[in-house]
Amino acid sequence: MYFRRKKNKETKYRDDQAEPPHSGIIWLLGALLLVIIPHLLRLPLWMSASCFIIITWRILVEYKHWPLPSAFVKLVITLGLVAITYYQFHTFNGLAPGSALLTIMLCLKLLEMKTIRDTMVVVFLGYFLIAVSFLFDQSILFGFYLFSVVLALTTALVILNHPQASTSHHKYYLNLASSMLLQAIPLMLIMFVLFPRISGPLWSLPKNKTSAIIGLNDQMNIGEITQIAGSEEVAFRVKFNSPPPSAKDLYWRGPVLWYTNGRRWQGVHDQFQLHNLTPKEPIAFSGEGIDYTVTLQPHQKKWLFALDLPKDIPDIAKLGIDYQLLAETPVTNVTRYSITSYPQYTTGDAWPFVLQAGLQLPDHRNPKTRALASQWSQQSLKPQQIVNKALALFREQPYFYTRTPPALSSHDPIDEFLFTSRRGFCEHYAASFVTLMRAASIPARVVTGYQGGEFNPMGDYLIVRQSRAHAWAEVWLEHQGWVRVDPTAAIPNERVESFVDTQRFLTIIPEQLMGNHSTWVTQQLLQLRNSWDAVNHEWNQWVIGYGSDRQLQLLDKLGLGKLTAQQLIIMMIVLIAALITSTLIYLLVQRKSTGDPVSDGYNLFCNKLSGIGITRQPWQGPQDYNELACRQLPHLKQKINTITQYYIALRYSPTKRYQTEKFIQLVKRFKP
Amino acid sequence: MSSSSYLRRFFHTTPSETGPIKLTQKRIYILPTRNGVILSIVLFAMLMGAINYNNSLTYILTFLLISVAFVSMLHTWRNLYGLYLDIGKCTPVHVGSLIEVPVSISNKGSQTRLALNIAWPNKEPIQFDLKPNELQWVKLTLPTDHRGYQTLGKLTIYSQFPLGLFHAWSRLQFKQDCLVYAFPAKNGQLPSKNSQQDGSANSGMTGSDDFVGLRNYNSGDSLRHINWKALAKEQGLFTKQFSGNQSDELVLSWNQTGSTDTEQCISQLTRWVIEAEQAGLRYGLHLPGQRLPTKQGRSHRHQCLSALALYRK
Repeated sequence: MYFRRKKNKETKYRDDQAEPPHSGIIWLLGALLLVIIPHLLRLPLWMSASCFIIITWRILVEYKHWPLPSAFVKLVITLGLVAITYYQFHTFNGLAPGSALLTIMLCLKLLEMKTIRDTMVVVFLGYFLIAVSFLFDQSILFGFYLFSVVLALTTALVILNHPQASTSHHKYYLNLASSMLLQAIPLMLIMFVLFPRISGPLWSLPKNKTSAIIGLNDQMNIGEITQIAGSEEVAFRVKFNSPPPSAKDLYWRGPVLWYTNGRRWQGVHDQFQLHNLTPKEPIAFSGEGIDYTVTLQPHQKKWLFALDLPKDIPDIAKLGIDYQLLAETPVTNVTRYSITSYPQYTTGDAWPFVLQAGLQLPDHRNPKTRALASQWSQQSLKPQQIVNKALALFREQPYFYTRTPPALSSHDPIDEFLFTSRRGFCEHYAASFVTLMRAASIPARVVTGYQGGEFNPMGDYLIVRQSRAHAWAEVWLEHQGWVRVDPTAAIPNERVESFVDTQRFLTIIPEQLMGNHSTWVTQQLLQLRNSWDAVNHEWNQWVIGYGSDRQLQLLDKLGLGKLTAQQLIIMMIVLIAALITSTLIYLLVQRKSTGDPVSDGYNLFCNKLSGIGITRQPWQGPQDYNELACRQLPHLKQKINTITQYYIALRYSPTKRYQTEKFIQLVKRFKP
Repeated sequence: MSSSSYLRRFFHTTPSETGPIKLTQKRIYILPTRNGVILSIVLFAMLMGAINYNNSLTYILTFLLISVAFVSMLHTWRNLYGLYLDIGKCTPVHVGSLIEVPVSISNKGSQTRLALNIAWPNKEPIQFDLKPNELQWVKLTLPTDHRGYQTLGKLTIYSQFPLGLFHAWSRLQFKQDCLVYAFPAKNGQLPSKNSQQDGSANSGMTGSDDFVGLRNYNSGDSLRHINWKALAKEQGLFTKQFSGNQSDELVLSWNQTGSTDTEQCISQLTRWVIEAEQAGLRYGLHLPGQRLPTKQGRSHRHQCLSALALYRK
């Protein structure tokens, strides 16, 4: 039936060319709608609309028995949609255009879906689109949503394979599909745990332009942002393996900004190729190290975050000349790395061109600031004294920390901030401070990253949210090297607008628990939020972040040690084969229940006797068999007679005297 | 059963069997379907994507679907495993008509079995479902192209339920032959008494109205027509013959057909037997080397038609 030879004149019957059951198609179309909803939300409106119309139309076709479109109409629609897709993206390469094209193709396939095979191909495409969805989002809720869609699709597949499918059986199909998915879980786990993971992609990943990091950027424009709304999105989570440092040491270094045109500050990539160089002198670490593991959310940049300053660099990263930790490829997935940092360090001497870069200032910009700085340097103060002078300026003069600073629109924004508005947030203070230092001939730079974090007691880790994004400064001092200075921290609390902002350098207790914010309701809400975050953290740790290092760790825990990829594959195949074989053996040896307790009981009785060599022949009725058994086992004659008597009575003349339960009990107790 | 018999069965060289046949693990074969192969290609692409993007949920989905495919293989196999099949008696038909072969499939156990198919090789199957402990008779038809015994081909029972990714099947050769009567000729005109050509006194239209003579007794002749007087005279056992419409007797023989072609003769005689039975006549059949006495009734008709069907076969 299944094997089809070519050039066989006789047209053979083909199962999958038959017409699929009506209810199966309805179910399939419903499941498909669920599959493409996440894609439709991402796609351009016209695309979502056309897909939606096609599916709705196809459902109507099923109900109203409309004909499917002709080949010409199909061709026109197909070419049209593909052309518009190309016009929209200018390429079919890459994740976004690729998934758009796939979605369109799936919808188009519905136009010619006729036979069972067509519908099955559509189901497979549906599975594929779900896989593509995961490339955009791997959160728990989305995962649960899509796996329930997998159940719906699988149910559709079951119905499609039952030609006499009837709507009254839908619960049965759903149960069958869910039980098959549940039965598949052990096998899936074996494969998921043991399938060898390789680090790095097989082919170069297309740049994902759509998503950008919210809190942190690789450049800043002073005076342009007039309102910072802290995003509660998690940037990364940190588990400390040694006592955590105090809140004032929690500076997570990100991009270092060197170059300025007076308003904009940016990294060095364009100006100098500093990232490829190593520092002139190795860092001299002292004091206690801090061990911790960071689980970083994907942010599409190469940045990895570490406390100042990291010593043991993970394999996936390298340390730039400005001590920023960088991954080899953009972080497109949840990434875990363990690292040790030392809060006490001396970076020592620096390359002359590095110091040169740390003194760069545009000519003729911010003249007042430069004048103030040169005034300080003319007093022949030491660099450290000039630093203190600047910090004293912020501390003693009426500078305010606010999340809603006025716009600085003049040609000299630093001057405007320092001498006129005096209201700003971390970017203003860091940029002004670095400008002052550079004007006073002290090499300085702006460091961006995150500061602080909030402790989650539910999972015993620190959450660093995007709202914790921060900018501070570093100056280069002789004998000490690069030293961190946070001018924002110099603002006294009474001049900080928001109470929450006064606490960020002091504690890692979540803001909900501070001061008069703390009520019973907020505490409960916080606990809920922390629990949910802890669940997400575990999800990141064990599901999304399960990669080669996690695999190694898990196998080590299981006592398997380090296994090569081949060994892993062999182990996986052996385990799968063993599982399938044992299931098969179980199916073969299991006693078949007839669904009738009396028959089951009598079969058990016959099996027990058969076990000692008294086998009931097909032609033997219960009476004949009874005689045979009694002859062979005279000592059990009475019991055998009773059981047979019960069986015959229950079978042929049920009365209250003979109870099924009693019969089963007798059989169970019977020991030949 | 040894493994060699497993292979023999696979290559369809096993001898035919008598029912009921239980589908055991040694009788059921399973291979991926075309759709199963398509899915495996899709899954491979998904796995490549999972590796490339190092995306855990895509890994999980891919592995889950691979596992579901394995699980469905067991389900498909179990859909056939443990079924009992048997074959009933088939009613003979004439060449050119379809033989109906009744097949019983019985599901002993509490398992529901959906979308079972039973068919002759490469023919459209009959699809049916079996509830727990249900026995169903399905009537399979088979075209006939020659008279005589028609051996039944290998009966195939198969299923692709639940996911259509695997095709499990079993081929059964039942030891049963179905009789196919010869094709009845078009000419339904029964031969008259006048058409005697072989000179035999025993052929021609006979009835019970006017006495026309005596002939030797044949078993099955009515007792009322026995010439008791002759028997009393110890002259032997004779049957009185009468001519007339009410109890006509007819002996059909080879030569009456006027044809030299064996098949044509058989075809014509077959037609006459049918017509004679329908007309309520008593009829006999004389074939070269075989004589069937003059009788009436369904079983006689079957005997005559069988003799014709099996003539020189």
